[in-house]
Amino acid sequence: MEKKLKMASKNLNFYYGDFKALHDVHLDFYENEVTALIGPSGCGKSTFLRCLNRMNDLIPISRVEGEILLDGANIYAPSVDVVNLRSRIGMVFQKPNPFPKTIFENVAYGLRVNGNRDRAYLAHRVEESLKRAALWEEVKDRLNDSALGLSGGQQQRLCIARALAVEPEVLLMDEPASALDPIATQKIEELIHQLKENYTIIIVTHNMQQAARVSDITAFFYIGKLIEIGETDALFTRPRLKQTEEYITGRFG
Amino acid sequence: MTKHFIRELEKTKKMILSLGAMAEGRVHLAIKAIRQKDASIAQKIITSDYELDEMEVDIEEECLKILALYQPVAIDLRFLIAMIKINNDLERIGDEAVNIAQRVGIIAKWDQPQTTFDYSLMAEKTEQMLKMSLDALVNMDTDIAFKVSIFDDEVDSIKDQVYDHVKNAIDSRVDKGGYLINLLLISRHLERIADHATNIAEEVIYMIEGEIIRHGNY
Repeated sequence: MEKKLKMASKNLNFYYGDFKALHDVHLDFYENEVTALIGPSGCGKSTFLRCLNRMNDLIPISRVEGEILLDGANIYAPSVDVVNLRSRIGMVFQKPNPFPKTIFENVAYGLRVNGNRDRAYLAHRVEESLKRAALWEEVKDRLNDSALGLSGGQQQRLCIARALAVEPEVLLMDEPASALDPIATQKIEELIHQLKENYTIIIVTHNMQQAARVSDITAFFYIGKLIEIGETDALFTRPRLKQTEEYITGRFG
Repeated sequence: MTKHFIRELEKTKKMILSLGAMAEGRVHLAIKAIRQKDASIAQKIITSDYELDEMEVDIEEECLKILALYQPVAIDLRFLIAMIKINNDLERIGDEAVNIAQRVGIIAKWDQPQTTFDYSLMAEKTEQMLKMSLDALVNMDTDIAFKVSIFDDEVDSIKDQVYDHVKNAIDSRVDKGGYLINLLLISRHLERIADHATNIAEEVIYMIEGEIIRHGNY
């Protein structure tokens, strides 16, 4: 089956004030694939991830050059509605960040913001999203309880359900399991495997084994540059470049 | 953690190299036993094989421990996989030396057989292959490793010569069957040692280049 290009960054440069955090990054993302971004702290991988749904717009001194294409259209074009863009490109953060509301309201939040008021529709979407996030069975009898009463792993899956509720096409994950125990981590990883059937997933992780387990493609960043990209199994058994090898084998610096 | 990890890898390599030296020593003795038809040398090989067996188990346990504790990737992963496989080859080489010793033990009982075969060339080439494969491992040198397989064809061809030679002897009934079978089997054991040496060389190439070249996949 031929792979279908979903997103692409072209000649992407990114600046925090005078500091150039990303240098000319070219990177393609395909549908139904998981791409892992790895690299040491400060290498620009999270900055890059945040460029993909314009989260960096919120940083006043920042500046972007180049293009990021979603289905061939530049997401930095002046006509783009950022709220709409972020509903197409959902994001899950390192620390679970549920709203201090009920489980139901957390998942329904994005739909309500988009103006949906139909209770039956909302209930349907909430159930489906929770099922997709593999949380439904654990919370179906307590949807009106506070989300803050859930465990860390459950909260993170709730955040994934919340991201899925607005039916995004791409899911960005910034260290989604780093604050979780091994069992909760395993659930998130299994979930990523299931989700890629319907979404394009891009994940930043410091955990190399996790990148190796969940992703199809791995991209290695170092000091703001994309150093090497390749199929994950090849990159972790025989990386092409010395720098990549030194990083993944822990012989860096 | 990295320092500790690298120390563990170095320790494994040292263990493999000492197992390699032991295997080389056993092969050397086995060849000497063939040349001199010396049953006492043969007996020495047989009774000391446990040393290689124990070493092999120690190395395997060490490799498994490192895999479990450090989950290595890239060159480190290829290194450990190569060590596990080379470990197995070296232990098998020790077993083949024992096999040769057993054949020599039987052959030595015949006083003046009509049929003989000069194994010196085959033995020399086999020993050379083993030495080269271990040199390739010590120096991480793919050039030497690639040369090992060239010798393998020569060893195979000598094995075929022994087969024809023994077959003719059987047809003409000049010697006892038991003697001839054991004479033939020596070629089989030497050829197996050469094969294991080729495997070792291929593992060295895999470790360094990340390419699997077995089964003619050059």
